[in-house]
Amino acid sequence: MESTLIVSSSPHLHSGADTRGVMLDVIVALIPAGIASVWLFGWRALAVELVCVAACIAAEILSRWVLKRPSSIGDLSCVVTGLLLAYNLPVSIPLWQAALGCVAAIVVAKQMFGGIGQNFVNPALLGRIVLLASFPESMNTWTAPVQLQGVDAVTTATPLAVLASGGDLSAIPLDQLFFGMRGGCLGETCVFALLLGGAYLVIRRVITPIIPLVYIGTVFVMTWLLGANPLYHILSGGLLLGAIFMATDYTTSPINRSGQVVFAIGCGLLTVLIRLYGSLPEGVSFAIVIMNILTPLIERATRPLPFGEKRRWLRRG
Amino acid sequence: MTFLERLHSHIRGGVHAPHRKHTAECETVVMPPPDKIILAMSQHLGAPCTPTVKVGDTVEVGQVVGDSSQPLSAPVHSGVSGTVTGITELLLPGGRTTQAVVIQSDGQQRVHSSVKPPVVESREDFLQAVRASGLVGLGGAGFPTHIKLNPKDPDGIDTILINAAECEPYITADYRECMENSWDIVSGVQAVMEFLDAGRVIIAIERNKPAAIAELSKIAKSVSRPERQVMVKSLPARYPQGAEKVLIAACTGRRVPPGKLPADVGCVVMNVTSCAVLARYLKTGMPLVTKRVTVDGSAVAHPKNVQVTIGTPIHDVLAFTGGLRYKPKKLLMGGPMMGLSLMDDTLPILKQNNAILALAEEDVTNLPASPCIRCGRCVDACPMHLVPPNIVRAFQAGDVDQMRRLGAMTCMECGCCTFSCPAHRPILQNIRLAKEAVRQAK
Repeated sequence: MESTLIVSSSPHLHSGADTRGVMLDVIVALIPAGIASVWLFGWRALAVELVCVAACIAAEILSRWVLKRPSSIGDLSCVVTGLLLAYNLPVSIPLWQAALGCVAAIVVAKQMFGGIGQNFVNPALLGRIVLLASFPESMNTWTAPVQLQGVDAVTTATPLAVLASGGDLSAIPLDQLFFGMRGGCLGETCVFALLLGGAYLVIRRVITPIIPLVYIGTVFVMTWLLGANPLYHILSGGLLLGAIFMATDYTTSPINRSGQVVFAIGCGLLTVLIRLYGSLPEGVSFAIVIMNILTPLIERATRPLPFGEKRRWLRRG
Repeated sequence: MTFLERLHSHIRGGVHAPHRKHTAECETVVMPPPDKIILAMSQHLGAPCTPTVKVGDTVEVGQVVGDSSQPLSAPVHSGVSGTVTGITELLLPGGRTTQAVVIQSDGQQRVHSSVKPPVVESREDFLQAVRASGLVGLGGAGFPTHIKLNPKDPDGIDTILINAAECEPYITADYRECMENSWDIVSGVQAVMEFLDAGRVIIAIERNKPAAIAELSKIAKSVSRPERQVMVKSLPARYPQGAEKVLIAACTGRRVPPGKLPADVGCVVMNVTSCAVLARYLKTGMPLVTKRVTVDGSAVAHPKNVQVTIGTPIHDVLAFTGGLRYKPKKLLMGGPMMGLSLMDDTLPILKQNNAILALAEEDVTNLPASPCIRCGRCVDACPMHLVPPNIVRAFQAGDVDQMRRLGAMTCMECGCCTFSCPAHRPILQNIRLAKEAVRQAK
């Protein structure tokens, strides 16, 4: 009996949580928005999503092989990145461009910095920004949802672009925005599907609602204070997709709760500033990426105090 | 209190560990004293004892066989009558070695002449009696009780907490004490309250033990007086509710600063079984020679609560309960969250043991670690509000100052971080190494 006993350091119990399970939960939470994208933009939406997922898996396998590291596709994180990037693209994007964005996301943002847990910005957002800078034409061509068009595909402006050019949105009923009947990226338009996914993530305890609520709340308060219509700013554009699925990315957001609050307020402020005063109509991606880069500093400044210690305001570290 | 601190105090640490209290309704079975007992000279926190007997000596039940002149120590008594057959070295599960007195029982169970109710007329008498009882913290830490009950500033103590939380999975030893010996607990409470001159006693129990809460509440009410209040507080069943600092915060709202003792915030925390043992000692004079342990785990054929003689080898205890159903993969002394895994089953039961768990293969997690995804589950789970991965990183960088600054020494090794980690990283193991590095650097 003696020789067969395992001797190890406590604890000897585990919660059963594992990385793959967490990623699987995120994928499940993304499914409603995927279904909505096909309902709104047709089967090409599915094609873009499949190409992105396949490209991310291929990029992950190849880069791990080149770097002589053990395969990491088992953790499913590259599938999440693929889906999220696809959700951030217009339906009409050439498939090869979508694939290129995925390679940038996985190779440049993730694997070159050491793989899962090491990326300093959200890989999907970096992929989107690379595409935005490389192919502004195809990244800014918006197709109206099938429900709003006749026989031919119609290009349209996104509601935020309308707002930015001084237009008026009051013609669009709010419930139409709620179910995503507007121009925009694949996964961002259907607010209902995104909320469904967000609720699933909170119930499964994959995320806490801190970042989404504070982020959206900040946008609401800021747009209201600055005289814009808060509801249109929340329901149109990529805010919900960003707040629920991108800003909550574990690796690139603060690990402690007070840091998460600071991070989400920063995301909200930057989003509103870019939307109202920047040259771009949409600011979610850039806001999150900038806050991603600030995450280590935020964490340092908001480090929780060990139990029983008194806060000294001029402490080091 | 700043806004952020207020936010922190609202966010509770801890985890929902599975309860697995299969033995909750198993009434204690008394195991007859074995043929041979092995008494470790270090069954407590502090200086080990030196044997006071020689090979060949005859000993009787309740006789001191090991003692120390150091203040932070507790004497060891024999639980059998018989002959000392050896004084050996024993490798304790923590990795330390200690001397051990081996006694061959003669089966007579003759009681030693020193076993008689102590005469207690003053505080000094009381502390002397507590020391003579050999009592240590039976919750697992093994802190000598006579030191605990003798704080530097006795007048500053206003609250005595009786810890019956028993938050570790599987273990029901304290619960059985509450159900079977509730009057002993209360008379122990009264004795401690009187000699410490404290105004209130709070018996803290987790909410998943309603029968114990009802039983103790009834008795507490009958003995509570305005100037000597005894109350029962039910706490959420959340591991590690029974950890000293967590318990004090949950019951009184006070926070023990790092490196300080409960007495520094006016509290004394005592395990519930320790309290009952103390009452029995004051009544009978029989020192701590037996102990209730929960025997459970998926490899155990018949899980039970057993009253065993301290020093009984574990294999004898397992055999008494009906043996093993499967070949165990892990043998634990204590609970699965903080218990120590053993190398073999020949080790004897120690005073502070409250469980022996034999886990079969399916219950032994041995998954390879994958990279940290910074999910923050360990940060949310840490009851001491630490950021475990940062301490691990500081340890890997060899930065002792940073480890200290990040509160490595505040870690109480509850294991919530490792328990909740989806990447199966050995976080606590690394923090233990960090703590050792800080100690060495001092």
